[in-house]
Amino acid sequence: MKRIADAFNGKKAFIAYLMAGDPNLAKSAEYILAAQEGGANLIEIGIPFSDPVAEGPVIESAAARALAQGTQLKDVLAMVASIQDRVHIPLLLMTYCNPVFVFGYAKFFARCAEAGVCGVIIPDLPFEEQAEAQVHARAHGVEMVTLIAPTSQERVAKIAAEAEGFIYLVSSLGVTGVRSEITTDLAAIVADIKRHTSTPVAVGFGISTPEQAALYAQVTDGVIVGSAIVQLIAQHGEHAATHVREYIAGMRAAM
Amino acid sequence: MTPGRFGDFGGQYVPETLMAVLHELIAAYEQAKQDPQFQADYAALLRDYAGRPSLLYYAENLTKQLGGAKIYLKREDLNHTGSHKINNVLGQALLAKRMGKTRLIAETGAGQHGVATATAATLLGMECEIFMGREDTQRQALNVYRMRLLGAQVHEVTSGTMTLKDAVNETMREWTRRMDDTHYLIGSVMGPHPFPTMVRDFQAIVGREIKQQILAEIGRLPDAIVACIGGGSNAIGAFYDFIGDESVRLIGCEAAGHGIPSGQHAATMSTGTLGVFHGMKSLFCQDEHGQIAPVHSISAGLDYPGVGPEHAQLFATGRSECVAVTDEEAVHAFETLSRVEGIIPAIESSHAVAHVLKLAKELSPEQVIVCNLSGRGDKDVAAIARYKGENLHDG
Repeated sequence: MKRIADAFNGKKAFIAYLMAGDPNLAKSAEYILAAQEGGANLIEIGIPFSDPVAEGPVIESAAARALAQGTQLKDVLAMVASIQDRVHIPLLLMTYCNPVFVFGYAKFFARCAEAGVCGVIIPDLPFEEQAEAQVHARAHGVEMVTLIAPTSQERVAKIAAEAEGFIYLVSSLGVTGVRSEITTDLAAIVADIKRHTSTPVAVGFGISTPEQAALYAQVTDGVIVGSAIVQLIAQHGEHAATHVREYIAGMRAAM
Repeated sequence: MTPGRFGDFGGQYVPETLMAVLHELIAAYEQAKQDPQFQADYAALLRDYAGRPSLLYYAENLTKQLGGAKIYLKREDLNHTGSHKINNVLGQALLAKRMGKTRLIAETGAGQHGVATATAATLLGMECEIFMGREDTQRQALNVYRMRLLGAQVHEVTSGTMTLKDAVNETMREWTRRMDDTHYLIGSVMGPHPFPTMVRDFQAIVGREIKQQILAEIGRLPDAIVACIGGGSNAIGAFYDFIGDESVRLIGCEAAGHGIPSGQHAATMSTGTLGVFHGMKSLFCQDEHGQIAPVHSISAGLDYPGVGPEHAQLFATGRSECVAVTDEEAVHAFETLSRVEGIIPAIESSHAVAHVLKLAKELSPEQVIVCNLSGRGDKDVAAIARYKGENLHDG
């Protein structure tokens, strides 16, 4: 069975995010495979939610397009299950609490396990609220990735101590989206995290260029890119596979 | 599990980036609550600036016309800025100032909360930015102008359904970007802890005054308290002091829009299901996939797909009741109160008035209803005229 840890095994991980159902689910399946070919070590698959409060306009618009296609959580699980034999890297699902809560935590994590999903990220389910989902995740061997932000400070110790899979380090204040500059002292936060855990730390929010990937791969265990890939797909629609693969290969090469 | 639970409801379902500022707020609020100086400053502002206590008025004409229970109106519409919103805003703005914040951000639906926030910011020398859905900036243009006149910057929100829920989304995003100097002044008993509790505490003065005033007037408690519910701040304010008084019926009036069967409504407690959104576990109008539903109400202030967690709990335990009032019924009540009592109610408050028009007839003349008249209707005149097919802006 694949594990999140495989993505970090002896290397810096490149983590790609895309929104399932944008432009449609069949294309999402193709783009997941393209991302894998391009060298992604782990892929986060977004499940669209009507009101994604942690997202900037790029991912928010992608979610709206996916929902307009009728993409729902159950459809994303089915799509992932259909390609699991062709995917040799760990896959994660990323969505907001409500679609999962309404689907039912127990049923959701059972389906994740069946679909070969290794982990789940729910950005509006912070450390203190996580227990209600985590008990079901653990029962099905699915890891819940927790986030640490520049504002976490004294919360770092307890979050890191219980982290599993990897820690998603949020690079900056604000929502997702491409940033020209990240001013947070990431090295200091990573050092703080590493005092409490051996769980890998990957950084996301705002990263889009090979230069940034190279820079942040030096101070973390991996780099997460979302909005830049979602933007590529928005731009090229049904013809984005080559673009996604080449973009990721370029990022991968820089790390 | 986080604090701030009301049975199954409540909690703190927000991105990690906001957790620290919520903890900072909880600590500051706990401290302020115990501080006699803070309480004195707040009480002085309510008295000298907002004009409290607000009147409890016996609506004799309306009572006689309906021929049933005695109707009293709690005149929150007479507060400075024209609604109950100022009670909470002055409390939170003072707290934010005490925390060293220099900038207030807020969502607004009808614009009453935005106007109150802009007012408090001016009074306390703070910056102010208001987020308002485009649909609401159009139907509440007067309030947009008022906010700008008061020195606030108004951001038109064009995402999603372009109404109150989207304004909340956008204000949360802005707070995630900038929290060091900024307080998100949430306008209702919703959102992550400590907001539902803190906003309730700042609004509870409404119910405390009702209790004193009605006891002085009739020497006993009322039989029912009726209030409109969007997020639920005026209703919880009116209800809170009476929760232990089991003889007093607590009735919340939600927006049924074009009617519940039409699917175009905002009747969260009547039709909603348990979910997690805007930082809280509560009841929401949503589809079977957990996508938040587009809701409708003629009233921008009630046009919200959720309800505060304490209301969800009061309703779940049977302590409160809930009725749904259509646009048409609300407009009828708006006109009725204007013509019978010479009081133009906010279209939000008109939902409560509409239910009182029915309930009074069902009760006997010995019984007493208190209706929380949460706001005044000047802001709604143009929209109601439009609803009636008259355009006031021609010429």
